[in-house]
Order: sequence, then C-alpha cells, then structure tokens
Amino acid sequence: MRAAVFSFAALLFVSLPASAQLADPTITINEKFSERIDIGISTNEIAISSDFSGADITVFGAIDGVDELLLATFAYDIVVSLEGPRISTTVRRKERVGGIWINRHSIRFEPIPASYSMSSTRPLDGIATTMELASRDIGINNIRLVPTGGIGDGSRVSDFREALRRIKQTSGLYQRDPTGVRFISKSLFRASVRLPANIPVGQHKVRAVLYKNSQFVMEREIPLRVVKTGLEQFIFNFAHGYALAYGIFAVFLAAVTGWLSSVIFRKD
Amino acid sequence: MTIYLPIAELSVNVFVILGMGAAVGFLSGMFGVGGGFLITPLLIFYNIPPAVAVATGANQVVASSVSGALAHFRRGTLDIKLGLVLLVGGLAGATVGIQIFTMLRRLGQLDLIISLLYVVFLGLVGSLMLWESVKALRRAARNQSVSMRKPGQHNWVHRLPFKMRFKRSKLYLSVIPVILLGFAIGILTSVMGVGGGFIMVPAMIYLLRIPTNVVIGTSLFQIIFVTAFTTIVQAATNFSVDIVLAWLLMIAGVIGAQYGVRVGQKMRGEQLRAGLAVLVLAVAIRLGLGLVLPPDEVYSVVSGSFGF
Repeated sequence: MRAAVFSFAALLFVSLPASAQLADPTITINEKFSERIDIGISTNEIAISSDFSGADITVFGAIDGVDELLLATFAYDIVVSLEGPRISTTVRRKERVGGIWINRHSIRFEPIPASYSMSSTRPLDGIATTMELASRDIGINNIRLVPTGGIGDGSRVSDFREALRRIKQTSGLYQRDPTGVRFISKSLFRASVRLPANIPVGQHKVRAVLYKNSQFVMEREIPLRVVKTGLEQFIFNFAHGYALAYGIFAVFLAAVTGWLSSVIFRKD
Repeated sequence: MTIYLPIAELSVNVFVILGMGAAVGFLSGMFGVGGGFLITPLLIFYNIPPAVAVATGANQVVASSVSGALAHFRRGTLDIKLGLVLLVGGLAGATVGIQIFTMLRRLGQLDLIISLLYVVFLGLVGSLMLWESVKALRRAARNQSVSMRKPGQHNWVHRLPFKMRFKRSKLYLSVIPVILLGFAIGILTSVMGVGGGFIMVPAMIYLLRIPTNVVIGTSLFQIIFVTAFTTIVQAATNFSVDIVLAWLLMIAGVIGAQYGVRVGQKMRGEQLRAGLAVLVLAVAIRLGLGLVLPPDEVYSVVSGSFGF
C-alpha cells in the first residue's frame, strides 16, 4: 500500500516576532538570516492497518524570503527527516568462548530514535560540516549515540556505535535519500520520506532544516503520530489490559480451531 | 500479501506464515510431536522477536495437538488414562520449570542455555532413535519380527510398585516412571518453550515400552494441556502471545496435521521413528552450527519491549 500523504503547506507564512518563535520548541532560527522555512503534511496521524507494509510520506514546504539569485546557484539546501520515538537501546557483541559464540559484551545507549528516514537536496557532506550536522543530530552517521552505564575502558564504544548504525540500516529502520528533496517552484519544495513496514508506533516528528551556503538558517518540526487502528489496537489493548483473559481466549481459540478442523476433515 | 501483527508489531507475508504452519502441522500430525521445536526456531529465523515466537508457538501447538489428538481418539490410538497420569507429573514439572526459567533469566545468557539444551536433547534423542530404528528397519527388510516388546522380557521399570493397568496400551505398569517422565517433560516445556513431544515420544517407546501407535496419540493429548498452560502463563506475564500470528499458524497447521496423521497411519512404526529421528537430528545440527559457526553479524541490537 502506498499511502502518499499529500499536503499543501501553509504558503501564507505569518512572520511572528522572533522572540515568540524562539519560545516555540519546534522552531529554531539563526537570526543572521531573513529566510524562513515552513512545512506541512496533510495529517498528524498515520494509521497502521492490518495490511500495512510501509508508506511514503510526502512533505511539502516553502522557503519564505528566498534570494532568487542564490537559489539559482543552489545555495539553499534542505534536509527533511522523519524520526521515530526515542527508545533506549542495547548493542551486544558475540565472542567465541570454548568454541561457542555467545554474547560477551554489551553497551547500553541513551534513548535513540527507533527509526530515522531522511531526505535531502544533495548528499550531506555537501550541505554542511560534520560538526554542524552532528550538533543538530542530522544524518544517520551524525545521530548522537551516548553510552550509559559501564563501558569498560571505552575502546569498544566506536565499534558498537558503528554496528548499531549498520544494523539499523540493514533492517530498514534507518534510511536516507540524498536527492529526495526537490524544488518544484522558486520557493516551494517537496520531500518524500519512507516509513518502513516495521515502523514503531508512537510519537514521530517531521523535521525540516534549511541551510544557506553551508550555514544553518532555520529548523522547523511538526509531530506525526503513528498508531495502530481498529482490530490491531483492540488486540493490543486486550493483551495488555486483560492478560489472563487474553491468554485463556488464545487457548480457547486454538482448541476450537483444532476441534473444527478434525470435524471438517473427518473421513467418515 | 502482508499482514500486520499487533503484538509482534511488524508486518509479515501471510503466505510465508501459512506455509510454515502447514509444513510444521504436517510433520506434527505424522510424528505425534507438537512441532514447537520446529515452529519456534522458524519464527525467530523470520525475524519474529524470540519472546513472541516462543509464546505464540506454544499457542499454535495447542490447536495442532487438539486436532491430532481427536483424530487419534477416533481411531482408538489414544490412552486417556495414561495421558492423565502423565499430565499429573507434567503440570507439576511445568510449575517447577517456571521457577528455573526465572532463575536462569536472572543469571543472564538464558538464550544460550536454551540453545545448548536444544542441541544436547535433540542430538541425543535423535541419535538414539535413528540408531534403533535403522536396526529395526534392517530386521524388517530381512522379514524378522520387529516387535518392540518381547514377551517375558522386562526391564527395571517393570519391577516398580504402584502398578496400574492401561488397557489401550496393553500395559500393566507402575505409575512412578510415568509421573516422573511427565514431570521431567514439564520442566523442559517451560524452560525450552516446547511441548516436549520429541522427547516424550521416544521416552515412552524406549523406556516404558508403550506401542508406537498409542504413544503418538497419548503424547498429543498431554501436549494440549502443557502448551495451554504455557500459553496462559506467557500471556499473563510477558504479553507475548500474538493471537493473529498464532491463528494463521493454527489454520495452516491443523490442515497440515490432518494430512500428516493420514500419512503417519500408512507408515510402519519403525519408519515413523526413523523419520522423526532424522528430523530431530536435522534441527539439532542446524542449531548446533548456529552456536559454533562464526555469525555473519557478531553484533545484535535489542530495543523495545521484547528484549531479553
């Protein structure tokens, strides 16, 4: 199922006083620049139904106060990302002990986005310095991974970080499209980000960051909820709220299914 | 066609799940094993979180063993009295096993111990059965008697007190070894998350000398209750039973099991034992290799609710 979520961004950008904007946690602005970015999606909620197999989300946005000369020379860059809820994560490493591979070492990280899907106007290394991107958690390789608890002498941490990023990418939870953001008019752009089929439910956020000549201009963030629907939600609530009854029902369902089949398939 | 699993929280291909269920159901109907030792590794291999795979596997086994046990009951190859005596030991064993499970989990490396137990038990049981059944097959090829029970020959098991008559099994046997066997299987069930048929069937055949055809039906009968118990406990404590996944597996599994039972009826006892032995050994070797061979990825990531 391809659930393209269309939207028309609020093209009417109301210029609020700078102080009011800074008070809003979803907006960060570099006061040196006059350009402003705004984004919109048609819905605040993605529903996971029984046939959910991932979805593409289209984010529309606009840059206000754009310098057309600079736009023509590709001075503006935009990074749009969809970040999942933060979950504390443990990475384990297997080692050979007495001929058997067992989990020997583990490092626990402070909560990291469970999923991360990013689109940009071009590859990140052309947009800004790694230090700048890392300071804003932009890009798979720049997401902060902070170990907690005992890490020994710390020499293994970088291997564990690398493994975490690699496994997240292999499983499709972290992905990037370096050319996924396109300008469709002088100031209007469109970005598509992919939701994987194994997307975690919960509060996600769509972030758009504007760069001008490798300098940070502005960041805007809007929430997106990913929820289970109908039967899926009902089953989940039942299993957690009435666990014993759920277990008994599961056994009952199994017994009835088994009995029915033996009746149906009875030869005589 | 994909379907979203509400408890495992991921989308899977319906046909892959149905195929797994049908294949395991067929084998379980044929050999009288619940199939838990097959379905659980298969589900984990298909990226279902291990905790969900163990609990949901147990739920699925309830359905396939109800179906199989009823089929055996109609054919008169189910000894309810024997099954009930086994069950007394089985439920006591499962209760003790849950304590052991909790203790192992606290010590860490639970999954390693489970894998080792699988390899040791499956390997041992598989090898012994294969050795015996090949001998029996060769005797059959030479047209000799293949009876498991030689009249007048008794082992130590038959000298124990508290004897009881099991008419269906044509046995006059002490209840002590039966309850002990049920107890041991009960422990394994809760620690390994399996029905225990793959251990119980050979143990009943070789230790208790119960006829093979009665063993299968009776084993299925007791597996129903032990896996039902496991399912309820897992659902109540770990919230890890995925009813959508379980139901898909059940539907395919019970259909597969019906055909399995029919094929099993046409086969001779020693052929069935040889087939089960090969299957058990194959799973043991697969799991053993997984422990010994260098993994593709030495790192693993645990996040969310179903990490160990």
